[in-house]
Amino acid sequence: MPCYVDQINPQVGVSVVRVLRRLGVEVIYPEGQTCCGQPAFNSGFFDEARAVGRRFLDVFEGERSDYIVCPSGSCTTMVSHYYPFIFGDLPVERERSEVLAERVREFSDFVVNVMGVKDLGVRREGKAVFHCGCHQRRELGVLEEPRGLLSNVGGLDLLDWENEELCCGFGGTFAVKMPDVSTAMADEKIKALDKSGADTLISGDSSCLMHLEGRLRRTGHNTRVLHLAQVLDAEDGKAG
Amino acid sequence: MPKTERPGENVETGKPARKRETEDHRPEGLRSRVEGFNDRARKAVADEQLHDSIELFTHKSVAGRNAVLNALPEAPELRERAYRIKQETMANLDRYLEQMADAIEARGGNVFFAGDGEDVVSYIGDLAQRKGAKVITKSKSMATEEIELNRRLEEDYAGLEIVETDLGEWIAQLAGDTPSHIVGPILHMNRRRITEVLSRTAGEGLPPDVEALGSFARRRLREKFLTADIGITGANFGVAETGTVVTVTNEGNARLVTSVPPVHVVVMGIEKLVPRFTDLSVFVRLLARSGTGQKLTVYTNFITGPRAAGELDGAEELHLILMDNGRSKLLGTEFEEALYCIRCGACLNVCPVYRQTGGHAYGSTYSGPIGAVITPLLKGHEEAKDLPHASSLCGACWEACPVGIPLHDLLLKLRNQQVEEGLAGKAQEIAFKGFESTMKRPALYNISSRAGRLAQKPLLRDDSVRPLPGPLSAWTDSRDLPPLAEKPFRELWKEGI
Repeated sequence: MPCYVDQINPQVGVSVVRVLRRLGVEVIYPEGQTCCGQPAFNSGFFDEARAVGRRFLDVFEGERSDYIVCPSGSCTTMVSHYYPFIFGDLPVERERSEVLAERVREFSDFVVNVMGVKDLGVRREGKAVFHCGCHQRRELGVLEEPRGLLSNVGGLDLLDWENEELCCGFGGTFAVKMPDVSTAMADEKIKALDKSGADTLISGDSSCLMHLEGRLRRTGHNTRVLHLAQVLDAEDGKAG
Repeated sequence: MPKTERPGENVETGKPARKRETEDHRPEGLRSRVEGFNDRARKAVADEQLHDSIELFTHKSVAGRNAVLNALPEAPELRERAYRIKQETMANLDRYLEQMADAIEARGGNVFFAGDGEDVVSYIGDLAQRKGAKVITKSKSMATEEIELNRRLEEDYAGLEIVETDLGEWIAQLAGDTPSHIVGPILHMNRRRITEVLSRTAGEGLPPDVEALGSFARRRLREKFLTADIGITGANFGVAETGTVVTVTNEGNARLVTSVPPVHVVVMGIEKLVPRFTDLSVFVRLLARSGTGQKLTVYTNFITGPRAAGELDGAEELHLILMDNGRSKLLGTEFEEALYCIRCGACLNVCPVYRQTGGHAYGSTYSGPIGAVITPLLKGHEEAKDLPHASSLCGACWEACPVGIPLHDLLLKLRNQQVEEGLAGKAQEIAFKGFESTMKRPALYNISSRAGRLAQKPLLRDDSVRPLPGPLSAWTDSRDLPPLAEKPFRELWKEGI
């Protein structure tokens, strides 16, 4: 579970658990987990990222789960692609991370390709656009899975929007190191969103959503912002 | 700074929501806090005319590129082959350079190995003096931009006139400007600005239409083509086995630069080599498609040696300058892939950062993702400390690169190199040490999370954190920041979902 989902958007985690359980998956949440180390990695602090990465390996190797499911293309990529990258010169950790990488799946990838489910039989009224996080799109190549799942949501009109492949401008510490460019990138997305006529923005990455929602609110938009897992969770928004 | 804060209101208490914060808190003018790329980017982002010009160019280029590459089923395979050819070239670069030099010399050409820009300038300057040259025509070349050849030649060798003949480069030269894109040097100028520049050169007001401006440029450049004593070109590729220099253009200017003056000088970065003539079938097909969305550029020139007995055209003298300028030190390192670049500009066109800022914000000859990678590599981190950070690491550059250079991974390695060399700064070092110790210890992570939830209480307004001072203002000046949830997921999990 990404640390920012844990701390900022816990309801996304709740929806993930509910959706997985509905599919008959036994869900384990290793409570010793913290962060995958990506903030340090993206800033060039590889030693610190390795230290946090080692802990991640320890925690998840200790669980007897078949898969590690993560509701973020970005954190999934950190583990599946960039652990082998930062542990490249350390044979032991490199092998450990490569073995673990086999078990790590982004949420929609798991639902569609492991569980073989394309339609969760849920309804959600609205006109939505889907923003695919860049790691999910390019490193993982998991783009059709979330789109397919969303297209089967009753009442939801999934719209095309301009330049949908463009980054939202979050980029981790980039958002605070290069705030003007980062904000201008968000504005570009919001311009396209406005043009599409959508009232809902959906993504598989809460970090992209946090950035876009932050800018949407600041510019006076009341667009509904949801993580994919929330859309697929029939109980999202009800009680609790 | 525009203030819109209204103290005294507290949404924590659940009072009826007042009007949301919809103000941008960013201060007017430039922020002095962050130097370099940020300041230039800030200016660029605010320049609507620039934004329109960039959008027009990059959209057209990306659409064109996608169309021709999608129509080429073997494109992914070509990309793979291009990568492997470059990999093999770099592994044996000394041998291929020797082969290239031997082939050129065997045909009566001259070869000079230049360690840096200074070597290139003095070689060409001395040559010009020996020849009594006055006018030098030049076709577009990033290698010569990199070493500021024009400025240095004109400063060091009085009386030399150097004329750029690529239309965009010429206009940039007349305006005293530098290229802002590898392929479209003046994409940052609109028609009004171009008309202004050319009218000033003409000494009369020219009408702002393509026909009139084009014909003025043609007339004026033709005079220079015909009187030039030396022609300088870059090289898109150099073929080691045959000693062939390949240049591609759409204006045909490289043909006039290489065939009219008696002397032709090629300035080629040593990484431009390909081993075999047949390798061109991979690279030429990728270059035009990726750069301009053409199947082939209008002119593709192959020059193999000076004019030989019985030949009707070509320069009488050929000088090939093989320029290192920091390249060879990347060979065999984790940054070697940066040398695979064929300067098509595709990574600039797809880069969401470049699309907001244009090329000048990078403050270097090469802009966009490839510029952010090679500028610190060729010139050192001190010259371009902020460039590796001028990227959200979205990977669009890597996806678009016809040679498959993992540009965003190289940016990450450069960031790491800065950290290892102690260039990241104390504040970041402390922050990430703290990050490490917190994330390594769940107990500390939980304490921090509780402390964070307490600390944020006075800062909350509506359902977000109010604009903050200090480093986090970089976020909150222009975007709302969500607060930490009342209960983190781990607590909800314990309570039972």
